[in-house]
Amino acid sequence: MKPAPFDYRRPGTLAEAVASLAGEPNAKVLAGGQSLVPLLSMRLAAPSLLVDINGISGLDRIEVCEQQGVDGVRVGALARHAAVLASPDVRRVQPLVPMALAHVAHATIRNRGTTVGSLVHADAAAEMPVVLTLLGGHLEVEGPAGRRTIHADDLYIGPLESALSHDEIAVAAFFPALAPGAGVGFEEIARRHGDYALVGAAALVDGDSVKVGYLSVSDVPTVVDLSGVADADLGEAALEKLEPMSDIHATAAYRSQLVRVLTERVVRSVRKAA
Amino acid sequence: MTSKLMGQGVQRVEDQRFLRGQGRYVDDVAVEQDVLHAAVLRSPHAHARVLDIDVSDVLDVEGVHLVYTYEDLTGPMAEPLPLLIPHPALTEGRTQYALAKDEVNYVGEAIAFVVAEDRYIAEDAVSKIRVQYEFLPAVVGVDAARAATDLVHADVPGNIAAKLEQNVGDAVAAIAAAPHKLELELTIERSACTPMEGRGTVARWDRDLNRLQLWTSTQSSTGVRAAVAVKMGLDLGQVDVITPDVGGGFGVKINHPWPEELLVPLAARVLGRTVKFTEDRREHFISSAHERGQVQHIEVGFDDDGRLLGLNVEFWHDHGAYIPYGLIVPIITSTQLLGPYKPQNYRVYFESLYTNTVMVTPYRGAGRPQGCYAMERTMDAIAKYLGKDRAEVRAVNFIQPDEFPFDQGLIFQDGRELEYDSGDYPASLEKIKALVGWDEFPAFKAEMAAEGRRVGIGLACYVEGTGVGPYEGAHVHIETTGKVKVATGLTTQGQGHATVFAQLVADELGVKFEDVEVVTGDTRRMPYAVGTFASRAAVMSGSAIHLAAKRAKEKALKIAGEALEADPADLEIVDGVVSVKGSPGSSIDLGTVSVLSNPLRYAFDEASKAATQFSVGDPGKPPVPEDEEPGLEGRDFYSPERATFASGMHAVIVETDPDTAEITILKYAVVHDCGNLINPMIVEGQIHGGVAQGIGGALYERMAYDESGQLLNASFMDFLMPYVTEVPDGIDIDHLETPSPLNPLGIKGAGEAGVIPSAAVFAAAIEDAEAPYVPGLVITAMPISPSELYALRHSQGLENS
Amino acid sequence: MSEELHDVRLTVNGATHDIRVPARRLLSDALRHDLKLTGTHVGCEHGVCGACTILVDGEPMRACLMFAVSAVDHEITTVEGLADEDGTLSPVQQAFAECHGLQCGFCTPGFLTTITAGLEANPCPTHDEAREMIAGNLCRCTGYQNIVKAVERAAVLRQAQEPA
Repeated sequence: MKPAPFDYRRPGTLAEAVASLAGEPNAKVLAGGQSLVPLLSMRLAAPSLLVDINGISGLDRIEVCEQQGVDGVRVGALARHAAVLASPDVRRVQPLVPMALAHVAHATIRNRGTTVGSLVHADAAAEMPVVLTLLGGHLEVEGPAGRRTIHADDLYIGPLESALSHDEIAVAAFFPALAPGAGVGFEEIARRHGDYALVGAAALVDGDSVKVGYLSVSDVPTVVDLSGVADADLGEAALEKLEPMSDIHATAAYRSQLVRVLTERVVRSVRKAA
Repeated sequence: MTSKLMGQGVQRVEDQRFLRGQGRYVDDVAVEQDVLHAAVLRSPHAHARVLDIDVSDVLDVEGVHLVYTYEDLTGPMAEPLPLLIPHPALTEGRTQYALAKDEVNYVGEAIAFVVAEDRYIAEDAVSKIRVQYEFLPAVVGVDAARAATDLVHADVPGNIAAKLEQNVGDAVAAIAAAPHKLELELTIERSACTPMEGRGTVARWDRDLNRLQLWTSTQSSTGVRAAVAVKMGLDLGQVDVITPDVGGGFGVKINHPWPEELLVPLAARVLGRTVKFTEDRREHFISSAHERGQVQHIEVGFDDDGRLLGLNVEFWHDHGAYIPYGLIVPIITSTQLLGPYKPQNYRVYFESLYTNTVMVTPYRGAGRPQGCYAMERTMDAIAKYLGKDRAEVRAVNFIQPDEFPFDQGLIFQDGRELEYDSGDYPASLEKIKALVGWDEFPAFKAEMAAEGRRVGIGLACYVEGTGVGPYEGAHVHIETTGKVKVATGLTTQGQGHATVFAQLVADELGVKFEDVEVVTGDTRRMPYAVGTFASRAAVMSGSAIHLAAKRAKEKALKIAGEALEADPADLEIVDGVVSVKGSPGSSIDLGTVSVLSNPLRYAFDEASKAATQFSVGDPGKPPVPEDEEPGLEGRDFYSPERATFASGMHAVIVETDPDTAEITILKYAVVHDCGNLINPMIVEGQIHGGVAQGIGGALYERMAYDESGQLLNASFMDFLMPYVTEVPDGIDIDHLETPSPLNPLGIKGAGEAGVIPSAAVFAAAIEDAEAPYVPGLVITAMPISPSELYALRHSQGLENS
Repeated sequence: MSEELHDVRLTVNGATHDIRVPARRLLSDALRHDLKLTGTHVGCEHGVCGACTILVDGEPMRACLMFAVSAVDHEITTVEGLADEDGTLSPVQQAFAECHGLQCGFCTPGFLTTITAGLEANPCPTHDEAREMIAGNLCRCTGYQNIVKAVERAAVLRQAQEPA
């Protein structure tokens, strides 16, 4: 289990990093590497070039700001999960982010892994893609044509596949702030503590609007609008919109049951906190 | 004053190295040198003919030194690997080749072997080997093997390697005549040892000495040594095998020789370089061994009290693609199934079946978990049928303390009678009931039910034959410094042998514990040995070391007696000083005794002058007396007539979630009887580890093969070994010490016990938790996940809520 | 065509090491095979087992999930750097010896580094926090019971060591 050979660049600026990617369709960006390095070691991925962005200063910032007229928190591409989880600003502005981050792998992985990296890795079993999608956040992306934003709704296009082009680097993620009076919650069930969840559910309740995002249910992060559904019917209503998968850890029927249980549990937790 | 160390929780001496990062595991060996690294091309297919292997691209890879396929092997190296334990019933034994010849039979089977500058380049090279396959149908699982629509080995009809039947009395007739009868169909899935360190081998051919040095992460140095010598056409005396620190074994490292244990030394000799192979985690899943997979059919007849009148067990054992370790696992299942009970009439029949999966060799417990599962599920079924307390039904079937030695009338795994030496099962039962709160549990269950919570309790009992032969040996050498060097040939994988064996030597010799140093698994120090398996190290090597220390002591007292002009019977040794009892002024230290034991012509230091020819000796006698040897040493072997039988009982309280079917352990209790304890701290550590491994096997771990024979979960992401969060916070342990009459220390083995009752005890507890709500729910397949428990709730009867 | 080599300066246990390695050299392999610091063990090479856990600027990280070329500019501590210079075991190491917190010793270095950092961040963990502290490391021998005890014992030893 050793990676295949690759070229390596460690640029000092974002412009250099973007330039390195040009003309290298099989290049990969290395940030925390907590998902990428295992894939390399198992030779499930064999990029021609690795562009290590860890030498670029300023990418680790976490700041409260306004973007596109929305208040929120902007998390830089080198902000480690642990730093985001520990940030009082993030907790204050959008508490769903730390709620979900507490479930991301184990603490040691969170020390190195980055939140933006997890978003770009686009694993439907991971917590953060669902959170970004549920909150309607976006990704800031730098490419040869300059900077653009990709809204979460447009970001996840298939299993482990995001809308980033091969020559683009995700610079930051923006999580909109929790609106006054709104509430959020996160629940998941995993086989072992710290594993990818069998099913996870994140909820955003704002007045009559009830939305729940699911991880590990289908091959992209999925958000279901449950506004107007009676509390007792939440799980069944969600299942009407979902088609849970079977794998070696759980049958589709069991995942459906977890969708029922977790949907009700997560919405209840939001209402209870309110 | 030296107090006796036997029975003390002495801190481990080996920890000082481990805690500083100074352990020496096989991948650490020769790290300072320019070492070459090996990688192996393994079959991606479960069953295929190998039509062609093209290695031409590999030779172009810079840094590649050697590539082997089967074509490159000659002589004994080109023969199949040894069938280690032949048995008359094993009529169709097949073992693999070091590199596949014509056919591959499981995903992971070695096809080609590359040696390169480093492991990275070796893996690059492996990826450039092109193999043409002709696919054959894969046989996966017991059912497919029994159906025999397809064959694993074309010349093995029915996929059956062996059939074996044993009978005591007439079980079929007894069941027919019994007032009550039950039948059970049970299955138990595969798991694996998965030590944190995989396999690994380093070899160096010393041209100056014309000699091979081999470091390997094994449970049998002497076994590897003999196999390597034969395969390489070397004299045994040309091969040294050294087992360095081993990062866990749990059984998988008792099988030998692995292909790499032969190919690495072969390459080292050819290249004249040190060569290293370090197995990675994926390789460990697909090319080391698994265990546990069985399907069992049980018929039992019993009376109104639940007393067994006849027991008829048939089972089908999945041993994978090859059977190098013979029938040990199913024989153990078939015999140890009886546990602490006397069924009066017993028939057991098994078939050992080929499948296109990784081969099966012993994994901690080695067939006992399956046997315990069969028997204890039967006990639970009888109790349920009769409406009786599960503990009571067990108690009426116990062998009683006054019935030992108790001959079960069967032949055990070592070819000897299955005769239990000692035990006290009723006392164990009382202890476990008290420890877990058996009698109080119904009230607790009712209390929990009132809160909408489901809890259940399970109990399982086992007897474990430990310390099987044929023998182990020990060498004890008291140096002229007074330090004591001890060697025994079996290996160590974390059991603390350097500590417990030093405790025994310190006690017997009367030396300071700190002055004793123990070496294991080095054929240069003790070439006669068997290995570390079957919970035998303490019993076998412990006894041998005790005997060898006794011999060294006798010699020391004799020489000291002459020096002190005293009768040896009047001498005692305390803290390394021999003195006349009651007159401490007249004394001599053991270092000086050692000097005197070796008559010298040449002095080399102050102390040694005392042993030179003008200083010592009776001119009328030879300097070395007749029937004596120079040196203060003792060597002895221990070879018992038969195994000694440890026993124990586990009980667990679980909670099952009514909505999510998650299973939570509320309490885990163990009563354990391994005879006299040498170091209770270490024994408890063994129990803790066994229980955690058992929890893994019962609730989390399995080998998820698909129909084509691909292992779908060959990583720690998907093979769910428990973290701390999956094991109970505290394991309650109580000991019973029923000494074994078979060895001088009265000890029995302890290494495997913790894992034996897991499948049985969890199945029982979960079933009990569910019983009020899903009355029809019966657990017949282990392990069980929440997803499976949820499915059972819905398939075996609607919820009663 | 040979692979490009990179000059990498690693600072490990206070000492500086200059090595020339390919970009793909995992930090775990660089520590073990280039720096000969074999105390850091490799148990899975996919970041799950934790045996290779080292401290990077005091924070536990998996050495198998980093490349040596990415480890420049950091202070790395391995198990070899935990004891005092005079050889005295650190409180965490001492606690493992006292509590029988290890058997085969293979996973131990990863636990020691993880707990060392954990107690630095949380010197007086509750029992549940002690369990949580080791929740990302696998051990196949001990069933974790005595490792949890060792965390709690180490906290006591650390406090006794604090200057009054």
